[in-house]
Amino acid sequence: MTPEATPLPRRGRGTELALLLFAVGIATAAYVSVDLGALGRVPPNAIAYLAGLCLITGVAHVVVRRWAPYADPVILPLVVTLNGLGLAMIHRLDRADAEAARQAGEAPPDVNAPVQLTWMVVGVVLFVLVLIVVRDHRILSRFTYTAGLGGIVLLLLPLLPGIGHSVRSAQIWVRVGSLTFQPGEAAKIVLIIAFAGYLVRTKDALALAGRRVLGIDLPRARDLGPILIVWLTALGILAFERDLGPSLLLFGIFVLMIYVATERISWIAVGLVLLLIGGLAANAAFGHVQTRIEAWLDPFSDTDRFGQIVQSLYGLAYGGPVGTGLGQGRPDLVPFAESDFIAAAFGEELGMAGLMAIILIYALLASRGLRAALVLRDPFGKLLATGLAAGLLLQVFIVIGGVTKLIPLTGLTTPFLSLGGSSLIMNWVLVALLVRLSDAARRPAPTAPPLGVDEAITQVVRLS
Amino acid sequence: MNSPIRKVAAGCLMLVLLMLANITFVQAFQADDLNARSDNRRVLLDEYARERGPILVGADNTPIAQSVPTDGEFGYQRQYANGPLYAPITGFYSFLFGRSAIERAENGILSGDDDRLFVRRLVDLVTNRERQGGAVKLTIDPAAQQAASDGLGDFKGAVVALNPQTGAILAMVSNPSYDPNPLASHSISEQRAAWDALQETAVPEEDRQKPGLNRATAQTLPPGSVFKLVTATAALESGRYEPDSTVPGPAAYDLPQSTVDLPNQSGRGCGEGSEQLVTLTEALRVSCNTAFAFLGNDLGPEALREQADRFGFNSSPLEELNAAESVFPAELDPPSTAQSAIGQRDVRATPLQIAMVSAAIANDGVLMRPYLVEEVRGPDLVSVIEQTEPEELSRAMSPETAEELTRMMVNVVENGTGRNAQIDGVEVAGKTGTAESSEDRPPYAWFTSFAPAGDAQVAVAVVVEEADVAATDIAGGRLAAPIARQVMEAVLGS
Repeated sequence: MTPEATPLPRRGRGTELALLLFAVGIATAAYVSVDLGALGRVPPNAIAYLAGLCLITGVAHVVVRRWAPYADPVILPLVVTLNGLGLAMIHRLDRADAEAARQAGEAPPDVNAPVQLTWMVVGVVLFVLVLIVVRDHRILSRFTYTAGLGGIVLLLLPLLPGIGHSVRSAQIWVRVGSLTFQPGEAAKIVLIIAFAGYLVRTKDALALAGRRVLGIDLPRARDLGPILIVWLTALGILAFERDLGPSLLLFGIFVLMIYVATERISWIAVGLVLLLIGGLAANAAFGHVQTRIEAWLDPFSDTDRFGQIVQSLYGLAYGGPVGTGLGQGRPDLVPFAESDFIAAAFGEELGMAGLMAIILIYALLASRGLRAALVLRDPFGKLLATGLAAGLLLQVFIVIGGVTKLIPLTGLTTPFLSLGGSSLIMNWVLVALLVRLSDAARRPAPTAPPLGVDEAITQVVRLS
Repeated sequence: MNSPIRKVAAGCLMLVLLMLANITFVQAFQADDLNARSDNRRVLLDEYARERGPILVGADNTPIAQSVPTDGEFGYQRQYANGPLYAPITGFYSFLFGRSAIERAENGILSGDDDRLFVRRLVDLVTNRERQGGAVKLTIDPAAQQAASDGLGDFKGAVVALNPQTGAILAMVSNPSYDPNPLASHSISEQRAAWDALQETAVPEEDRQKPGLNRATAQTLPPGSVFKLVTATAALESGRYEPDSTVPGPAAYDLPQSTVDLPNQSGRGCGEGSEQLVTLTEALRVSCNTAFAFLGNDLGPEALREQADRFGFNSSPLEELNAAESVFPAELDPPSTAQSAIGQRDVRATPLQIAMVSAAIANDGVLMRPYLVEEVRGPDLVSVIEQTEPEELSRAMSPETAEELTRMMVNVVENGTGRNAQIDGVEVAGKTGTAESSEDRPPYAWFTSFAPAGDAQVAVAVVVEEADVAATDIAGGRLAAPIARQVMEAVLGS
């Protein structure tokens, strides 16, 4: 009797399918209501769009059924919902750009939504490949050092002359021919794998060996050294590339993972102190950091210079509790509404209620990852799942918190919603890893190979 | 490892709660403040996308401000048919610089936000129609407005005409004026240029013409001899004087507690004989400074101030336009009282206030509240949502006093300084004034009048600020009276 044939424990594939249909329904409804709101008509390709989404998610579902049958059934539908909402909003902003160009008498600009849809397909393909290739997440721990090196190289790529490319003063792009890529998103995942692998190996040494200074157990330098080097290099590069968001995110993930590995809360304290020192130093050293903090403290002191956050707040306020409805606000007034500020666009058109729902989708997604982390039996898997899930939520907090003036604004993409291929496909990879991890967590513990019935001392009689 | 993972999960939950609390704060509690900010493009765009209601004048409901559909980012373009003529009344409606005058005061109706349009809004919501603003019908008589503007010509000054029986403002002209059209432009740079021109940012302070200033309501000037009407009213109301009571009107009045004299403009006495006694009627006819200075001190500052207050001094008469308060100061010493009684010293009045003085005399002593908005109408421009009811502001004097003053003022026009205001076949009552503000600038030429004297249909006040003539009472009679006559003729002829 193969495990696949066992009806218990519930694998939830049927639930997943039902939820996926729901998710595809939401995505299509959002797409249709954008055109209804902006133009007053149903888009002619609505059925084709629905069919296309069904096909893409259907493939993902089938692959999960075959290669990760015990995976958490909620993860994939949540991601499809987010990606679908993102597509609808990018389509909506395309509409606004086209309208602006029409009024200015210019040629219609390039549309982003089809490009994003293409990237979604690429993302799902990568999702499928990861699930098929990585049959067991534990093999990833073999690549700890390779991953660490790879992460650094990825982060360094944009600084290389020839292929490095700067957009909005942030040197975080790689351009080869006409293709541009932001390697930071890939570096994030690779570095989480490296952190997890390394911390699992050294957690005991980190936690136990060392001396106590000021009530904090400091580990030995040789235990902490390698990972500290990777981490500092990463932060240094990011600071050099003038990209605050990923620096903050990577720092946060690292602190969380080292805390989980060592089970010492003092690491969180150390992390917060370092964050404070780093923040003050950056504030003193870099003009652009200072500007961000000024904009956070009092954006209305200079509404021209701090226009981004001011416009974002105006958009959120204009949306109010229930929003203007898709296609009926002016999210295009917020600079970079399709990338960094897409949360403001949602806040405007779907209102506080819609933005809350989106935040809760992320919360649910992270909770599913953390649940897998709790159930998983191997430390590497636990650490990896925690890093990926908490990292995702931390990223959402940094970007949405920034856009809504909860914390200073730092550039980061909103996972699955923002326009941008690199971010979208790497987040699909991240989700593939979460699906893989949840599959491992929910898979029944392997039992000893069944003995021949006749050889058994006692015979088990199944009654059901 | 599960314990720290649980704590990480709890931390994640906290971050989520923080985000939820923050967007609740921004989108539910802070939203109203954010939406009210003047640089909030969204709210303005939203407003410009709506069809703002027109401002109408005249029997045929001519729109002097209206919004016409455009193809641009903004749905509608505000247009002012006769911009400079009506600018002091309509005000401007600007994307960058806000609104003024009626565009500001009646914004709720014009934009459609007013609660009085609530039912209409509900219907629009249900039928999914764009919200449309209501119309504002003004009391302005286009013929009178045009006559006032033509009469004023290139003079710097203002004209106000009222219906004395209702307080309805029939004409309000301020010169120099401006064109509100470029301020409503959809081009930001054009708006800025128009604003700079209006503010005269490139002009040295002393050369500024202040085209944005509504000289009819927002600027107070020394009223000079037209204020003698107030002093005369106080005298008649005191019961101690009749129109033919005599007072001394020597060539110069010896200001009490001072070594300075207050002379007549002519340099001669007003009366006859050694005491130069003169009746009140005659003193008003020749605008005798010394006689009114004597009256002022005889009546006392409290009586003068009380009478001025009953005419509307020291209170804001027309909130729609943020009209300035005309001032009659409190606690005057005898020399100041004498000077104040002839409208000098610290007495300040707007042309609107002076028109109100005439209007109260014309309306049997009852001062009506001046108003500009006759009706508020729905977006269909026909259905009347609210009609302004004429409202009594105060009783400025007894009907008898009003009748006596009217006779005295008719005498001024028929036999005195106001001859230029005579109209064939109509009995006109009026009073001239010429006020000095300082030595180095020309005097203000004033004239106020009403007609027909028995059953007044119109009361007018005119001020010409830069009358380049000698500081004699002739200035008010020569420059301002003909303008008043043209306005009165326009109203009576229509």
